[in-house]
Amino acid sequence: MGAHKLLFSELKLWTSGRGGWIARLHKGIGGCGKASLSSCSPKVCIVGSGPAGFYTAQHLIKARQDVEVDIYERLPVPFGLVRFGVAPDHPEVKNVINTFTQTAKHSRCSFYGNVNVGKNVSITELQQAYHAVVLSYGAEGNRSMGVPGEDLAGVYSAKDFVGWYNGLPSCRELSPDLSCETAVILGQGNVALDVARILLSPIDILKKTDITQPTLEALAESQVRRVLIVGRRGPIQIACTIKELREMVNLPDTRPDLVAADFDGVKQALKDLPRPRKRLTELMLKTALEVPGEKEQERRRKASRSWGFRFFRSPVEVLAEPGHSRIAGIRLAINKLEGSGEGAQAVLTGEVEDVSCGLVVSSIGYKSLPIDPSVPFDSRKAIVPNTMGRVKQAAGLYCSGWLKTGPTGVIATTMNNSFDTARSIVEDMDSGTLDMSAAKPGSQSISALLEKRGVKPVTFSDWEKIDNVEMKRGEPRGKPREKLLTVEEMLHVAWT
Amino acid sequence: MALVTTLRRLVQNSLREYSRKASAVTWPTKQRTFSVGTQPLRSDNKVTVNFINRDGEKIKVKGSPGDSLLDVVINEDLDFDGFGACEGTLACSTCHLIFDEEMYKKLGPITDEEMDMLDLAYGLTDTSRLGCQICLTKSMEGMVARVPESVADIRQTKDGSS
Repeated sequence: MGAHKLLFSELKLWTSGRGGWIARLHKGIGGCGKASLSSCSPKVCIVGSGPAGFYTAQHLIKARQDVEVDIYERLPVPFGLVRFGVAPDHPEVKNVINTFTQTAKHSRCSFYGNVNVGKNVSITELQQAYHAVVLSYGAEGNRSMGVPGEDLAGVYSAKDFVGWYNGLPSCRELSPDLSCETAVILGQGNVALDVARILLSPIDILKKTDITQPTLEALAESQVRRVLIVGRRGPIQIACTIKELREMVNLPDTRPDLVAADFDGVKQALKDLPRPRKRLTELMLKTALEVPGEKEQERRRKASRSWGFRFFRSPVEVLAEPGHSRIAGIRLAINKLEGSGEGAQAVLTGEVEDVSCGLVVSSIGYKSLPIDPSVPFDSRKAIVPNTMGRVKQAAGLYCSGWLKTGPTGVIATTMNNSFDTARSIVEDMDSGTLDMSAAKPGSQSISALLEKRGVKPVTFSDWEKIDNVEMKRGEPRGKPREKLLTVEEMLHVAWT
Repeated sequence: MALVTTLRRLVQNSLREYSRKASAVTWPTKQRTFSVGTQPLRSDNKVTVNFINRDGEKIKVKGSPGDSLLDVVINEDLDFDGFGACEGTLACSTCHLIFDEEMYKKLGPITDEEMDMLDLAYGLTDTSRLGCQICLTKSMEGMVARVPESVADIRQTKDGSS
């Protein structure tokens, strides 16, 4: 072919669409393997911008110099449970936001907030636009107790209660009634202890945190003086960890209220326990059974509030005040343990006891929900079925975080879990299991789709405007930030 | 000592390509930073630390007395995945390091608060500590600190192609 004819034919290919031209070029070269031509970079989409999403992105970007990652988030603000789950009085745990921010600002990473995957765009559409899609949207539901009276006024899931004090927009209207003396929390994990601590902490401590203003006002008026944290099994099976227990023991102006009989046989079992479990149990034993020194005795006498564990109890009914739909108390079945250690089972004895209370918080576990019918979902385990993060029977689909393994674990657990999924993705890219022979349009096509549907994404710099406004508003109050509480407000700040 | 370290780090940070707070992931930087401090540099003021990373590779670096092992990892741009997530505030267990018996005894007392977080670390041993709580002294010269596996990676036991 003559030179000018060659040029002309190339020009024709060029004008027929850059994507198409590049695709044809790369088919010749051998696809998007390790060739790092920027126009055929592997494009990965992550759904969810909590720790799972960000740690997966971080690992991918580091592992391959050609990968581009787009993170989609339903809310205008990123960070998931780090922002909405971690207790306000645990600010150090939120330091991970710094590393997530670094990732978000990396040249090969983009954040798209205010995009509801499943509603504004489907997983199928994402799969068409990206080489791989990672589901990291966590667990936004909660396990229900499944007992009569659960829907009475005054009964809340810990998920909603935590969402309320942390400013999750969907929980803004919760307005829990704190005019009762006793609150009962079902479940004894770290979330249960967080709820207890927020209910009982002196206001002077809470008012310097990023807890929301409406919550502070409600807590200032709160009549709650006694919190019982109830578990089905015994002290050795308690699900919380020692740091959180220590915080309860040391909580100013409160005294512990434990039942000595609950600890029968526990001391003898100590020697066989692994160190972490042993230290936790020892601290409980000490708090429950030891007579403290003069100073501590005096402190406890003066304390205006109390917290306690109640073991071997399962909820069977929430009791209403006769003729009212407000709660008056909760009926608990008394259990005994069969077996020992982690595997011990709670078995009903047939006995029950009633506890008067005006507030019940059920803290028995979060639960993932399916967001798109095209994604396999195991409704029994409430996770997306997968092997090492690869979604079963769904090529190009991956999952990380709580959606992958179930809703337990701290940030470090999720971090390792997400790194694992990222490793699977990189493996699949390197081995050719993930088909990268065609270039994918990534955010180009998704942005066009969203625009057509009237959805405007919030960029990371838009989030930074929200971030700055929140920090500024917190300053005069001595708080690290004063969170914006509605999506409307967030969008207004983002786009002004 | 902490002030000197902080000042030195402040200057180092401003010399880097991009501003970066202490973070869990260190981005590879080709640029070698040079130390500027308010003390004259003397080679005998440094403590050698040998890290063994998760691939079994030995990495020899130097830190200053008073630096925590987390400080050293960050200052030397060591690339340990997810290390130091909470930035040294005893709110996680990701700076978990394992020492040999002899060195472990020289590391100084462990507080309840450190042990509480260490208890959550994967692969906990009797000679484990959190790197953010170990501050270098001259007596730790040549210490070996192993970065443990953060999770059981089954792939590593296959044909070696992890």
